[in-house]
Amino acid sequence: MITYNGKGVYGAIAIGHVSVYKRQDAAVTRIEITDKEAELKRVEDAKAKATEQLQAIYDKALKEVGEENAAIFEVHMMMLEDDDYNDSIKNIIEAESVNAEYAVSITSDNFSEMFAAMDDSYFQARAADIKDISNRLIACLSNNDSGSTSSDEKVIICADDLAPSETVSLDKEKVLAFVTAFGSSNSHTAILARNMNIPAIIGVGEEFLKSIKDGDFAIVDGFTGEVFVDPDEDTLAKLTKKQQDDIAKKKLLQDLKGKENITLDGKKIDIFANIGSVDNIGAVLLNDAGGIGLFRSEFLYLENDDYPTEEQQFEAYKKVLESMAGKKVIIRTLDIGADKQVGYFNLDKEENPAMGIRAIRICLTRQDIFRTQLRALYRASVYGHLGIMFPMITSVSEVKKIMEICDSVRADMRVQDIPFAENVEHGIMIETPAAAIISDQLAPLVNFFSVGTNDLTQYTLACDRQNPKIEPFVDTHHEAILRLIKMAAENAHKHGAWIGICGELGADTTLTETFLRMGIDELSVSPSFVLKVRDQVRKLDLSK
Amino acid sequence: MKSFDYVIKDEVGIHARPAGLLGKKCKEFASTVTIAKGDKEAGATKLMALMGLGVKCGDTVTVKVEGDDEEACAEAIKAFLEENL
Repeated sequence: MITYNGKGVYGAIAIGHVSVYKRQDAAVTRIEITDKEAELKRVEDAKAKATEQLQAIYDKALKEVGEENAAIFEVHMMMLEDDDYNDSIKNIIEAESVNAEYAVSITSDNFSEMFAAMDDSYFQARAADIKDISNRLIACLSNNDSGSTSSDEKVIICADDLAPSETVSLDKEKVLAFVTAFGSSNSHTAILARNMNIPAIIGVGEEFLKSIKDGDFAIVDGFTGEVFVDPDEDTLAKLTKKQQDDIAKKKLLQDLKGKENITLDGKKIDIFANIGSVDNIGAVLLNDAGGIGLFRSEFLYLENDDYPTEEQQFEAYKKVLESMAGKKVIIRTLDIGADKQVGYFNLDKEENPAMGIRAIRICLTRQDIFRTQLRALYRASVYGHLGIMFPMITSVSEVKKIMEICDSVRADMRVQDIPFAENVEHGIMIETPAAAIISDQLAPLVNFFSVGTNDLTQYTLACDRQNPKIEPFVDTHHEAILRLIKMAAENAHKHGAWIGICGELGADTTLTETFLRMGIDELSVSPSFVLKVRDQVRKLDLSK
Repeated sequence: MKSFDYVIKDEVGIHARPAGLLGKKCKEFASTVTIAKGDKEAGATKLMALMGLGVKCGDTVTVKVEGDDEEACAEAIKAFLEENL
C-alpha cells in the first residue's frame, strides 16, 4: 500500500479502479521501417483486435444502456472499416516507409481536421470519434491497451490537472472520484466534483502521477485528502466502514428536505444553489434548494466551438427557469478570461489574466456578444423569475453603462414585439475590493448584490487562486474579507437591495452565524451543501 | 444508370450511424452508389467521405446507382432513405 496526500475538496469516500486521464493526442514517434509487408500486417492485426474490443464494449453497452447509447461503438467499428481511412494508412506506410503508429496518427490528424473544419457542430464533433478510434488502433499496435478508455466501470480519474473544457467533456456517469497531481481547491475540477457530490483530491504531487497506472485499485478519502493505492485489508475495511457511515449521514441530511431555513429564534435566510450547467438542475431539486443563486452561463461558451447563438442560449435559460417553476434563478452573464479560456474568443495572451480582459470587461468591449446574451435572457424571462447578474464590477460607470445596454436591448425587443418579464432583477457581483468599498454608490443602481468570495479573496489578499503554492497564505476567514462583506451588506440594505453570497465561503458552516448576523439575505452553495447549511442554520440561536 | 433526388428529413442530417448502415445496404448489391450534394459527391460505401459532405436536414441529395442490379438497388436505397433519413 502506498499513501499519497493532497487536499480533499468534497468529503466523501470512493473505492475503485484508477483510470489515468489521457490527453487526446498521445505522442507517436516516427520510425523508418524496411519491411512494409510486416507493417501492413501489424495494422491488420491491430484492426482485428480493436474491432474485437469495440464489439465487446458494444455488447456490454447494449445490455446496460440500450441501443441508442451503444450505437456510437457500432459507428466506431464502421469507421475502422472505412476504405479511405484504411487506404490513407496503407499509402503512408508504403510511400514513406514508416511505422504503422505514425501512419495511423497522421491519418487521424488529417481526417479529424477535415471534420473539425466543417461548419456544423455535429460533424465537427466527429473529429473526436476519429481520434478515439485512431488512439485505440495505436494502443492495439503498441500493445499497451488496458481497454479502460471506454470502460463502463466507474473509475477514479487521475490526471496532472484538468482544464475546464476537459472536465466538461468527461463522461460524468463514469467518474467515481478525481485525483490530480496539481491544481488548487478553486479549480474547476474541484468545483465540478462538489457539484457532482463526488470526492476529489487535488495537489497530490508529481510522484503520484509517475507511479499510478490504469487499473490500479485505490481508495480516495475526500475528508482527509488521502489516496491509498493498493490498500491493505485493514485500510480497506476501515474506509469501507467510513464510506457507509458517510452515506448514512448524508441520508439523514436528506431528512432536512422540505424544512425551513430558520434559526431557533426565528430568523430566516434563503439557501440557493450554484450550478454550471443545465444538467445540474436535478441535483438542485434533489437537495431542495430554494432557487438558483448562481447559474454560470460560461459553460454554454466552453462547450461550444463557436459563439453560442441567441437561440441556443434562450433554450438553456428557458429550461432552467421552467425547471425551477417560479423559484428565483440568478443567471450570471459571461465570465470568461483569467482561468477560463475559450479559443474562438481569440483573447490576447495576458501577463496577468486575473486582472485582465475578463468577464464584464469583455462584454463591454465586445457588446455584440453581450447583447446576444441579454436578448436570450430577457426572452427566457417570461418562463420564470429571472435575475441577471454581472461579474467583475469595479465602478459606478460600468454599472451605468450596463444598465444603458440593458435598457436598449429591452427597447429593441419592445419595438419587435418580443415579450419579456417586467420583474427581471438586475444585480452585480461584489468580487473586487473596489466594488465592496463603493457599495454605497452601487446599491442604488441595482436590485441585489452577490458576493463572489473566491475572487474577492484573491483580489483582497493578493493571492492567485490558480497557484496551489499560495494556499498556505490564503486565510479565507481574513478580517479584511469579512469587513468588506459586512460593508456591502449594510450598504445594500440602506438602499433597499438584497445581498447574497455565492462564493465557496457561503458553504462554510463555521461562518453561517457570522453571515446571519451581518444580515445576509441569501447563501448560494453547491447543491450538495444546501442541506448541510440548512442544518447549521436550524441549530443557531442569534438571540444569545 | 438510375438517378433520383431525395430531401433529408433527419434533424441531424446524414449522421454517422445511418451513413454506416447505408454503406452496408449498398454492399448487398453489385451496383455502385454515389451520393452528391451540390458539386461534391461521395461513394455511398465510404462512411467518412459521405459524412464529409456535411449533409444537413432539408438538403437535397442526388443518388446515382450504376450496375447490373441498379433497378433493385435504387429501390432499396430509396426505401432505406425514407425509413432512416
